[in-house]
Amino acid sequence: MSGALDSRSVTEAPGRVPAAVPTRGPRRGRGLARVICVRVARLVGLLFGVSLLAFTLVYHSPVDPIAAYIGAEASPTDEQLAQLREYWGLDRSFAEQYLAWLGAVLGGDLGVSRLYQAPVLDVIADRFMMSLALMGVARLVSGVLGYALGVIAAMNRHRLLDRLICWYSYTLASTPTFWLAILLLTLFAVVLGWFPVGLAGPVGVPGSEVTMAERFHHFVLPAATLSALGVATIAMHTRERMLDVLDSDYVAFARARGEHGRRLFRNHGLRNSIVPALALQFAYFSELFGGSILAEQVFSYPGLGSTLVDAGLGGDVPMLLGIVLLSSTFVFVGNLIADILTVLIDPRTRDSL
Amino acid sequence: MSHPSPAPPRTTRRRSASVDLAIAAACVGALLLAIVVTAWLLDESSLRSHAGARLMPPGPDHLFGTDWLGRDLFTRTIMGLRLSLTVGVVTALLSVAVATVLGIAAALLGGWVDAVISWLIDLSIGIPHLVFMVLVAFSVGGGIKGIVIGISLTHWMSLARLIRADVLHLRHSDFVLASRGFGRSEWFIARRHLFGQVLPQALVGFVLMFPHVVLHEAALTFLGFGFSPQTPAIGILLHEGMPHISSGMWWMALFPGLCLLLVVLAFARLGDRLRVLTSSPGQGG
Repeated sequence: MSGALDSRSVTEAPGRVPAAVPTRGPRRGRGLARVICVRVARLVGLLFGVSLLAFTLVYHSPVDPIAAYIGAEASPTDEQLAQLREYWGLDRSFAEQYLAWLGAVLGGDLGVSRLYQAPVLDVIADRFMMSLALMGVARLVSGVLGYALGVIAAMNRHRLLDRLICWYSYTLASTPTFWLAILLLTLFAVVLGWFPVGLAGPVGVPGSEVTMAERFHHFVLPAATLSALGVATIAMHTRERMLDVLDSDYVAFARARGEHGRRLFRNHGLRNSIVPALALQFAYFSELFGGSILAEQVFSYPGLGSTLVDAGLGGDVPMLLGIVLLSSTFVFVGNLIADILTVLIDPRTRDSL
Repeated sequence: MSHPSPAPPRTTRRRSASVDLAIAAACVGALLLAIVVTAWLLDESSLRSHAGARLMPPGPDHLFGTDWLGRDLFTRTIMGLRLSLTVGVVTALLSVAVATVLGIAAALLGGWVDAVISWLIDLSIGIPHLVFMVLVAFSVGGGIKGIVIGISLTHWMSLARLIRADVLHLRHSDFVLASRGFGRSEWFIARRHLFGQVLPQALVGFVLMFPHVVLHEAALTFLGFGFSPQTPAIGILLHEGMPHISSGMWWMALFPGLCLLLVVLAFARLGDRLRVLTSSPGQGG
């Protein structure tokens, strides 16, 4: 994609015409609408695939849902067990169970969580908002910082600053997320005591009475962990993209006219690199979600990630399925946004979608 | 006014790419050798608990300190690294195998096979890796089986796409057309002609995949879905260290994680060097 973009830009280089502005006119709207329709249809198809895959995997689990539900203490009679099996529909065939579950899901009923003793939808909605706040802040911070670092590295190619930024990014990309979280916890919460050790609010205070300041206080470290990791990816991608721009003929020409430094970046670098950087933000939702699971686990942050771990370890099937569906939707929508952004900057990619 | 110096072409480096690659490979080799030799030299008895040496900070007797059962953390870390590397090699190889088979099949057979495989790739990319792994671990009942299957099924997609794109180019080349003209089957063409062509790509894919695989194994184990608590795995060590951190036992989590970071970093650098060397100039940095 980048190569094609650059060759197009060469013809426009003499003026201040940015390379990546989409062509105006009626075609633009129609093409974009078509792309969105096709992608949404595919998204729905993929979600059906995810639901089938997830249900198949859960169906074949050796964990007995009834045993997981009643726990070790109770010793029910065979008759009670049979009643439970019938009540949950466990005696029916795979296809029947799947269709029954799918029908309920399409009707907005994800079932009742066995661990939380509440409708899955309510628990997930609640927890997802917590995770979303965490991921949103992390994405914002890492997006701004990562873009800035990437640009600075590219503009100072092979100098000390570039090497430092590269090493920072390489090292963080190889760092286990949960280890970084533990380090931050050790340093800032235990040794320095600046932040509390965990949880979204003080212990023993009802959720409604937690003040914004307290919430923020408990929010900083997990958000910092996620941001630090995101910065690395985005900085490296932005650097690559900026180097492509700086190696192009139109930048060589601009340099020949005497442009350099900040002005060169403003006239040529910014517009050619900001939208890919933005698209990247959405394309990496999968990694973001994974990082969030680990950070939440370390800091006992009550988001969707720690709920997933509890559900997986505790054999809470409806909850597990619900989280799989929600997190996949999250990733697919992220990819969709990334695709739309890519089409917006380069209308020729429409046909390839 | 400073003179506008043209940017040097990106191929101009202080060292050549092959020297960089050799250095990275030497680092990885030295690390591997160090881990294997140390693990071989280490006394198995230090894995057992010693009541007299509980929660000792790092010192000459215990390089990384000891845990709350008096087990030497250096020994456990080295054992954990060996386990991480073994699991990493197995799962990365499995992933590469899946990617190679599906990538070649999609491009060579085309039609509905291609459509199904491409759809599967999109599908697998859509589920966050860690969520997928937790699901698989739940499905097979946890343990090492969950780790191996879960990780193998979540890392093949991008390599499969690359191999598919390679084969799409190759399948119209003369040697494939000639072979088909002689009446060779698609299976023969895939095995005899295409496999060798995509092998370098697959090997680079293996090295690039390796750091991710190792990190994901540690993460899955840390969350409690992997090895049993008795196993000295890095994820387990960090999980065990967690409750002791708030009482000031910083060394319990610091050193195991740092060692894992060093190993992963060495492999990531090697993969990056390989990628730079094998991709055409202009791609990659």
